[in-house]
Amino acid sequence: MQFLSYLINGLGLGSVYAIIALGYTMVYGIAKMLNFAHGDVIMVGSYIAFFALTKFGLPFPLAVLTAILVCTVLGVVIERLAYKPLRQAPSLAVLITAIGVSYFLQNGAQILWSSSSKVFPSVISAGSISIGAASVSYLTLLTIATCIVVMICLTLFINKTKTGSAMRACSEDKGASMLMGINVNQIISITFAIGSGLAAIASVLLASTYPSVYPTMGSMPGIKAFTAAVFGGIGSVPGAFVGGLILGIIEIFAKAYISTQLSDAIVFGVLIVILLIKPTGLLGKKINVKV
Amino acid sequence: MKEKTALFSLFGDKKKRGRFVSFAIVIAAYIIIEILLKSGSLSSLFKSLLVPITCYVVASIGLNLNVGISGELNLGQAGFMSVGAFCAICVSGILAGTVTAGIPRLIIAIICGAVLAGIFGFVIGIPVLKLQGDYLAIVTLAFGQIIKSIFMNTYIGFDSDGLHFSFVDSKFKLQPGGKMLLNGPMGATGTQKIANFTVGIILVLIALLIVYNLMFSRSGRAIMAARDNRIAAESVGIPISRTKMLAFVVSASLAGAAGGLYGLNYATLVPNKFDFNTSILILVYVVLGGLGNMTGTIISTVVLILLPELLRSLQDYRMLIYAVVLILIMLVTNNDWLKTKWKSLTSRKAKGGASNG
Repeated sequence: MQFLSYLINGLGLGSVYAIIALGYTMVYGIAKMLNFAHGDVIMVGSYIAFFALTKFGLPFPLAVLTAILVCTVLGVVIERLAYKPLRQAPSLAVLITAIGVSYFLQNGAQILWSSSSKVFPSVISAGSISIGAASVSYLTLLTIATCIVVMICLTLFINKTKTGSAMRACSEDKGASMLMGINVNQIISITFAIGSGLAAIASVLLASTYPSVYPTMGSMPGIKAFTAAVFGGIGSVPGAFVGGLILGIIEIFAKAYISTQLSDAIVFGVLIVILLIKPTGLLGKKINVKV
Repeated sequence: MKEKTALFSLFGDKKKRGRFVSFAIVIAAYIIIEILLKSGSLSSLFKSLLVPITCYVVASIGLNLNVGISGELNLGQAGFMSVGAFCAICVSGILAGTVTAGIPRLIIAIICGAVLAGIFGFVIGIPVLKLQGDYLAIVTLAFGQIIKSIFMNTYIGFDSDGLHFSFVDSKFKLQPGGKMLLNGPMGATGTQKIANFTVGIILVLIALLIVYNLMFSRSGRAIMAARDNRIAAESVGIPISRTKMLAFVVSASLAGAAGGLYGLNYATLVPNKFDFNTSILILVYVVLGGLGNMTGTIISTVVLILLPELLRSLQDYRMLIYAVVLILIMLVTNNDWLKTKWKSLTSRKAKGGASNG
């Protein structure tokens, strides 16, 4: 039953992508920008968790909490300083600014914490349980469980709370929501805060799975999660979840059955095929342009 | 929006002036640098940057055609560069025995690189150009990744028996005297460095000539019309996919030619050189230079390549400063208050000029 264990590992990897992709998709849905610095927020989160665990000897939950707090603040600060002045600017200008922020975070991390990679301590016990014939590590189970919890909480938040409906209103029509008395700037800040907090959760899972932390660690998972968000239809929260899981499963299967080196090519190839069949992603809304 | 109006103003009397300025800048730069080279006052670091700068200028001009003129965000320009680079390296390696002179071999290799990249552009363009906006961007990103990962797994060797090709693993054995042209993740090693600055400058001039001729031709106007309003353009009978494809393929070929020159400038070249970051770097040159503005693209490419080198004395902080400069430029150029100030200044100048004339 190799198949089952690959499937579960794929779900584990996909869960990490899904959590990161949620950050991309929420920011895109509301601010209509591709936040290329999102991957680097993950990197910062990993470093914070790493130092909280090793230098300050905090227990694991506290370390995760610290990472979440720092990333949330970081996300809001980045939004205020770099993106907010560009609200009315062309989207390419915002894209370049996001790239600048990404460079800034990567090189800042390199100066502060050196470019050599650090080994992330294994906090979650390395044991595994067997489901059927497949053995699954606790870490993978924890990752999948985290993703499900995050997804449920986020869906409840967006659909049941007042802030959540304000967010949905903003993503539909910013001007109209402003007229309805919604503080759009505040909503955008909250979106960035949530996205960055999710990035921190993903960062701890990511750093535990591949136990190393280095300044450019965020870029590849960032690109993959971005792909996952597009895959599911960018701007759609359930889409990011589904896209992330499918992407993870495809990646693990491609590695297991076809070729390790070509797995990236296969993942992106599938993305292209999906977009050709459904040009707005799996769960994306089709927007009809009025003439 | 600002870029678009700037572009349209090129059409008036400024049309010829804009063209003239960019050619003049390139030729003047060439003459100055040649004089400096002859007098030996250039540092070896600067000398080593000359050919890469011309390569990136050509690739940026190509990307500006795609992003600025055609209006499609392309995040995979480095992929086309790598196609051109590795094609040129292979062609040059194969022809090493027959065409011994450097320059003709370089030219043949660059042309082959450009043609192959153009073919890649056409094949990739078929699915890509069906999409729009950010979806198009992500698919070009995906293609860039796929091209990189394919080159990471391609093994090509050349010996007396002819060409050997294998995928994923080097299964073939070469005859004595044979040479590995591409070696998977290790890329191309032992390439003869036949690229030179003069050819680079000529390539830049050719790229400018092609892009300007395209911009001010019937097809160029069709491309811009399709960018500004797809539906309106379609309704007056412009074949959208064909015009977009034209821009995409020309852009890819220019990147291929740039890659070819780049590949033959280094003894070793790894596929990882042309990753997502390189595509982004070229995009930054284009956006900072101004969409649709070729002169701006040339200047911003040169400045942004030299900037980290000039900041070298700051050591670790140079890339940090580079990032800050990038963010600040974007914040300043898009600041409403500064924009209106600038507009009032320039309009006053224009009024003064009109009364004089």
